[in-house]
Amino acid sequence: METLKEEIQKKIAKRTIKITGAEAVIKCLLAEGVDLAYGYPGGAIMPVYDEIYKYQDQFHHVLTRHEQGAIHAAQGFARVTGKVGMVFATSGPGATNLVTGIADAQIDSTPLVCITGQVGSHLLGSDAFQETDIIGISTPVTKWNYQITKASEIPEVIAKAFYIAKTGRPGPVLIDITKDAQFGELDFSYKKCEKVRSYRAVPKLNIEKVKEAAELINAAKKPFIVWGQGVILGGAEQDFKNFIEKTNIPSACTGLGLSALETTHPLHVGMVGMHGNYAPNVLTNSCDVLIAIGMRFDDRVTGNLATYAKQAKVIHFDIDPAEIDKNVKTDIAVIADVKESLTKIMKYVNKAEHKEWMQEFHKLYDVEHKTVIYDQLNPTKDGLTMGEVLGGINKETNGDAIIVSDVGQHQMFAWRYADFNKTRSNVTSGGLGTMGFALPASIGAKMGAPDREVVAIIGDGGYQMTCNELGTILQTKAAVKIVVLNNSYLGMVRQWQELFFDKRYASTEMISPNFVKLAEAYDIEAVRVSKREDLASAIKTMMASKEAFFLEVVIEQEDNVFPMIPTGASVSDIRLS
Amino acid sequence: MEENKNFTISVYTENNIGILNRLSAIFLKRHINIESMTVSKSEIENVHRFTFVVIVSETLIRKVVLQLEKQIEVIRAFYHTEDEIIYHETALFKISSEHLYDEKIQDKLKFRRAHIIAITERYFVIEASGLKEDINRMYDKLKPFGLLQFVRSGRIAITKPKMAISELLAEIN
Repeated sequence: METLKEEIQKKIAKRTIKITGAEAVIKCLLAEGVDLAYGYPGGAIMPVYDEIYKYQDQFHHVLTRHEQGAIHAAQGFARVTGKVGMVFATSGPGATNLVTGIADAQIDSTPLVCITGQVGSHLLGSDAFQETDIIGISTPVTKWNYQITKASEIPEVIAKAFYIAKTGRPGPVLIDITKDAQFGELDFSYKKCEKVRSYRAVPKLNIEKVKEAAELINAAKKPFIVWGQGVILGGAEQDFKNFIEKTNIPSACTGLGLSALETTHPLHVGMVGMHGNYAPNVLTNSCDVLIAIGMRFDDRVTGNLATYAKQAKVIHFDIDPAEIDKNVKTDIAVIADVKESLTKIMKYVNKAEHKEWMQEFHKLYDVEHKTVIYDQLNPTKDGLTMGEVLGGINKETNGDAIIVSDVGQHQMFAWRYADFNKTRSNVTSGGLGTMGFALPASIGAKMGAPDREVVAIIGDGGYQMTCNELGTILQTKAAVKIVVLNNSYLGMVRQWQELFFDKRYASTEMISPNFVKLAEAYDIEAVRVSKREDLASAIKTMMASKEAFFLEVVIEQEDNVFPMIPTGASVSDIRLS
Repeated sequence: MEENKNFTISVYTENNIGILNRLSAIFLKRHINIESMTVSKSEIENVHRFTFVVIVSETLIRKVVLQLEKQIEVIRAFYHTEDEIIYHETALFKISSEHLYDEKIQDKLKFRRAHIIAITERYFVIEASGLKEDINRMYDKLKPFGLLQFVRSGRIAITKPKMAISELLAEIN
């Protein structure tokens, strides 16, 4: 009898529990600590959605109104949390609707895992209903992608997807799963991925380069730092602050670097780039050592490369070897995790003061303040301006809010004027410049940081690209504050038409619906402001609301963004008007 | 303007579906034409080797190689100038049988790395190998006989300097 009992026990121990590929997907995500995804169901992803239904007590899914909304929401979530944003879509149009968001995440280094359904593997290549080659389409804009055709591949591939998305320089990963692989069964076990043999997530720091960089910094008379999003992605905000406070180097940020250092910090000299601040742009061409930290010398930052910081020695800290010498030739490259290099360099850099040099920044700030900033924040003309709206929002939020901006003039005003006290507070589409980003991204941002205020600043153009996502706000009750700056124009293009195309306003004038009624149709409290005297109280009401709120501000039609570096001009030729 | 030159690129990759797309997209994005391409096994098990030939500036090739190497499934990528490699191409010429005993053709084959590899009633096939210029010369010489078909391989190349892929893989693992 004993032997029979033993035999039965052995049999039970041997029996592995088979589950479907679709269930394995959810189990993998839970094992990765993911319990929130954005998406849109459809035929080829239905088995996975069936499991989402079964696991609804552990796994939350947000139904957006379009796949583009889903991926931007996931981006917003990833940007404020630093976690991987999760997206589901079906095959064919579901998958292709993700492409803009994938490209956006790729250029702005946002970690995402997108899972798309695919037609059954026996139908691949047959032009089946809703079949599209999403692997081929997404290859140039993903960090990695892979098509799963067998259920047994699911755990290993998903583990690899998360590892690749979040390590090193983060980015989007797309996994395409055929329908038969979702229905198929496998023996489930999950092991997190810790390495991929052909992929070195973090390059090994060369300490000699750190010493060389420190030497150059110590000898510099006019050192200048430009930092980017790398500081945030590397979680190096405090290390960065320690470094600049020891060396007392004036520091400016790129658009995506905003909020890594509080706006009020005395060493924060503003933002560089096309619509950045006057002092850091002009003095880029006066510094003797330019220290670039976690940034990639985008053309909107550098203006004409032939006249960019030619007088300076350039030190570049970056995790991505492919960024070194890509646009600006560097003298010393420190290729490593920025947190590690900034920690290590502290030992080698001397305490320094750069008072006279700092004075030059202050002097130019005064010029910009007198000619641009004061008027933008305290306009006297009849129409309302974007600058004063941002000023009004600052008064209510004290810089504590997450500011999600769309793309265009309002975005430049948001970057220029929003106050930031905390890191990961500036959520925006930087590299790709995706209009329509902000509304869905603000939903993800609010879900990622439910205890913080999330204010979306959007133009009338970009708003109408994704305002269908008001439906998602209605359904999820995400308490985002939506501010539409309505100048009845595609303002940034109109500004260029005014300046460079003799005011030929080709297809930039925009007639919009009644935005207040539209928001109200979605049960969102809405206010429209067209007079200066009503602005402050409207912002106050909005910020006091515990729910989603819509505020439309009617903006002066020909309000322009200045300063401005015209295309092809040098950073030091920045125009104040 | 920096001068454009012939560069041979060696890319060691995992052997997965879709890598060719990923690599070619890097050339496409930068508007670079691929002059020739060969894919094969490499000296390391389960590691494939792509050999591309492109004509670009050295500044650009440096950036391209870094972008190639950045791809997850690429183990290493290198670029070489012509003097850093020993390289070869192969070509096949299909010619009508009526010329088989033509002395002029026999002459062309003498003293060259070329020989007949197949003969049928209707046609015969000549294989030639060498540098691109050698094959170009052979092409010019055989063209008057009427080429029924002509095909040439991409460049294959061995580098003079060591590439140390095995050591690199050992280090990563």
